Amino acid sequence: MVISYNWLKELIAIDWSAQELAKRLTMAGIEIDRVTEEDGDFILEADLTPNRGDILGMVNVAHEVAGLSGAALTLPQANVQENDEKIEDYIHVTIEEPDLCARYTARLIKNVKIGPSPEWMQTKLLHSGIRPINNVVDITNYVMLETNQPLHAFDYDFLKTKQIIVRRAKNGEKFTTLDGVERALDPNDLVISDGPDCAVALAGVMGGLDSEIHDDTVNVLLESAVFNGYNVRKTSRRLALRSESSIRYEKGCDVHHADYVSNRAAGLLQELAGGEVVGGIFDAYPRKKENVTVKIRPARVNQLLGLQLSDEEITVCLERLGMTVTPTEGGYSVQVPSWRADIEMEVDLIEEVARIYGYDRIPATLPSGKTTVGQLTPWQSFVDQVREYMSQSMLETINYSFIHPKSWDDLRLTPDSPYRNCVQIANPLSEEQSVMRTMLLPGLLNAAARNLARQNESVLLYEIGRVFYPTQEENVVREKVSLGGVIAGKLGANWLKLDGTLDFYFLKGVLDVLFAHLGVEITYEPTGAYPSLHPGRSAQLCAEGKILGVIGEIHPHVQKNFGLKDRVCVFELNLENLFALYNNRTTTQRFSRFPMVSRDLAVLVKEDMEVGRILNRVRQLDLPYLIQSRVFDVYVGEQVETGQKSVALNFVFQAPDRTLTDTEIAEYMQQIVVELQKTLHATVR
Amino acid sequence: MLDKLERIKKQAEAAITHMQQVEEVQDLRVKLLGRKGELTAILRGIKDLSNEEKAKVGKRSNEVKKDIESLLDAKLEELKTQALDAKLQAEKMDVTLPGRSLVYGAKHPLTIVTDDVKRIFLGMGFTVTEGPEIELDYYNFEALNLPKNHPARDMQDSFYINEQMLLRTQTSPVQVRTMEKMTPNLPVKIIAPGKVYRKDDDATHSPMFHQIEGLMLDEKISFADLKGILMLFVQKIFGEDVKTRYRPSYFPFTEPSVEMDISCVHCKGAGCRVCKGTGWLEILGAGMVNPKVLVYGGYDPEKVTGFAFGMGVERVAMLRYGINDLRLFYDNDKRFLQQF
Repeated sequence: MVISYNWLKELIAIDWSAQELAKRLTMAGIEIDRVTEEDGDFILEADLTPNRGDILGMVNVAHEVAGLSGAALTLPQANVQENDEKIEDYIHVTIEEPDLCARYTARLIKNVKIGPSPEWMQTKLLHSGIRPINNVVDITNYVMLETNQPLHAFDYDFLKTKQIIVRRAKNGEKFTTLDGVERALDPNDLVISDGPDCAVALAGVMGGLDSEIHDDTVNVLLESAVFNGYNVRKTSRRLALRSESSIRYEKGCDVHHADYVSNRAAGLLQELAGGEVVGGIFDAYPRKKENVTVKIRPARVNQLLGLQLSDEEITVCLERLGMTVTPTEGGYSVQVPSWRADIEMEVDLIEEVARIYGYDRIPATLPSGKTTVGQLTPWQSFVDQVREYMSQSMLETINYSFIHPKSWDDLRLTPDSPYRNCVQIANPLSEEQSVMRTMLLPGLLNAAARNLARQNESVLLYEIGRVFYPTQEENVVREKVSLGGVIAGKLGANWLKLDGTLDFYFLKGVLDVLFAHLGVEITYEPTGAYPSLHPGRSAQLCAEGKILGVIGEIHPHVQKNFGLKDRVCVFELNLENLFALYNNRTTTQRFSRFPMVSRDLAVLVKEDMEVGRILNRVRQLDLPYLIQSRVFDVYVGEQVETGQKSVALNFVFQAPDRTLTDTEIAEYMQQIVVELQKTLHATVR
Repeated sequence: MLDKLERIKKQAEAAITHMQQVEEVQDLRVKLLGRKGELTAILRGIKDLSNEEKAKVGKRSNEVKKDIESLLDAKLEELKTQALDAKLQAEKMDVTLPGRSLVYGAKHPLTIVTDDVKRIFLGMGFTVTEGPEIELDYYNFEALNLPKNHPARDMQDSFYINEQMLLRTQTSPVQVRTMEKMTPNLPVKIIAPGKVYRKDDDATHSPMFHQIEGLMLDEKISFADLKGILMLFVQKIFGEDVKTRYRPSYFPFTEPSVEMDISCVHCKGAGCRVCKGTGWLEILGAGMVNPKVLVYGGYDPEKVTGFAFGMGVERVAMLRYGINDLRLFYDNDKRFLQQF
């Protein structure tokens, strides 16, 4: 919306510069984005909040400035000389839909002479971004800019029935708007109809091509009406047809002064187009709207704002804005001006007081009240901790919560996979972002692929985020918090000749550290059950008999589907389940001061035996003083029979209260050997 | 005897001065002070001397013995130090070569900013709350005084799941959810960080972004308190010298509503490209909780007042780190993420 500085100065006696005006308006909530100079005038571009549609009329801008400055207003007068005829003899108006049209006024101006409008009017229109056309059309536009009330001028002689009917469009009704485009209407659209059948305007949006003002128009029927803003918006959106008129109706027009506006325009038509005004206004106004009166209590104003204003300071603010303030029990009764439809409650008036007084003049204080402790819940600090640990070695990412539905196929999920059952967005931006993720993996894999494609030779990415599942209950979606990660590529050559492959064991190492930090014991159960993963390189993360998540190398097909060239390892687990296991340490274990004894053992087992089973067997023996078991070598090759492998283990023993004897240790080692021989057919090497 | 003692001492002193090896020191110690050592022999012979000589020789020989021992000890210490120094020299490493740890991670910048905001408000006695990302229309709009057909709904083009459910367009629904849970307890002091979604995707809009909502309710909370808390907050996050200004604004769920600007962090208010020449940056929207919203939340607006605020996390992060492209936050390029 643009405000002409010169025009405004005709309406209110301010001595502020255009820059000062812009600043004052901005600080009062009417944000001026830009001030530009245009042949002797300044144009202020305003960015309006949706509650202040009234500012689209210059008179209302002047009221606002009066509130801020206290300067005197000069409001435009409606001077009409009516002839002796009666409007009822020329036209009749019927509103069929009072919900969609609150008021419809019609006036007739006869014998106008179409020509250009005066220069001063053309200048004002141009400075407001409207192209001058002819005196009649220009007057309707000018008065609209002045009052915020859209007007429409029909060529009266084109109307055949002299019956205006405000009705819903018929299904499929065709109508050609004055931009020359034929439009198909439906019953949600409101039309102004000449008799029951012939639409002559799309109510509040645009007039019709046939009934518009032509160079040879003689008699003008002037419409000043108020239509339902929501309905106007729906029609204008559906037809992608926004006009100066529709914008104003959307934001709301002042139903009270539709007749004043009609008179104002009629007066100008008489003065500038030589018209003769027929006596009276046909005013269809089925449900008269009462003025709004709101009570305000000074004590409440001061309490809510944190000020100590006197009653007078408060009432002056309101009166300057055009409100009528009268004392009443416990405060004041305020009659709200009809153009301020945004004011309904006491707080709305309090905001007006604050705006006019100036937000910046309100002091900054700190609340007094009960002291509260600000702390995170155990769950929140757990999540923060996980993030802290993960960020030691991996980069945190944030991926979109919505993904492409083809991701499920790309991941080779079985048709009955529960992960395919996802929440769908009814109106997505694109298919690519049309379903809510049930896992983090697709986003992470895409991020990894993007990085590798950009020559980032190694990626270690993780994410903590929500995943979404529909439930049996209506309108209930289960949101779970997931932790997922992806590693790919190589760390690159290093002078230490360390193995930089980002493989399964690397990722497992990252998780081992995380679990150790959290005090959670997780076991890795080999699995071939995930079609997304390499059947021989994947495991379920288990604890207390529950599956928490999965880790593995992705299947070569999946790798291809996501455009990944190298092997990629991933994991994903449910963070809430991990939290349930989380041991927030409240005790510490004492450690022994007696010597530790370390023993190595190398055993031969079948090559495909998981080393985890060996360690499990040892653990199940529950040897009293065994404090640590480690694997320090796995060997296949020379000196080991084909189909076998050698596993070298190290055990550490320690008693809390004494030094262990060699005999005892030997006995424990023997127990281990026997157990491994018996259960796993291991032989000591 | 005394002459002999002096000769031994002189010879020993000379020998020790030239010694290069630890072994030489030890050999000399044996030669003089060992069981069969020269000095030992003299000491043993003392008992055969006359009483007068016994005292003289005895005294001197003990002195000589002590002197030689301390010289030997000193030499030994010197040689050991030399040997260690030489060894350390030989073990010299190139400290400019890279270290062994080859991976390092980082938190996402939006996490870092959110954590900072959380910390500041925790310090002021607020707690942290979360709400669902797939929200009911009721909480996202209706209970926030945005009934169906409200024009302000247009400000936020929404992703709908169905008639009643949508991806929340703001973190404000957490306000009403919190009130419902807390009523009638006071005070209510929460912040609610989280993801929000709007149907917008261009250079300056992302269909998913992050907000942090705040809510404080008590018996006598005023607009002045809102200013006090928010001023403290922006000073903590942007620096003590940051200036603030407050412009009236419009949010259906607050009244009065306010837009808070801070002096441009880039030009300190002089006017630059970041602040489009105005010297000010919009940083958060706030206001006194609308009485209608308090009623939805189960509080009596005549007894309870409070304020709410909301800010965009991306906006704060962009200002703090001088990031000029919103899309970098979701692109997840390693070269971006590694910098935090």
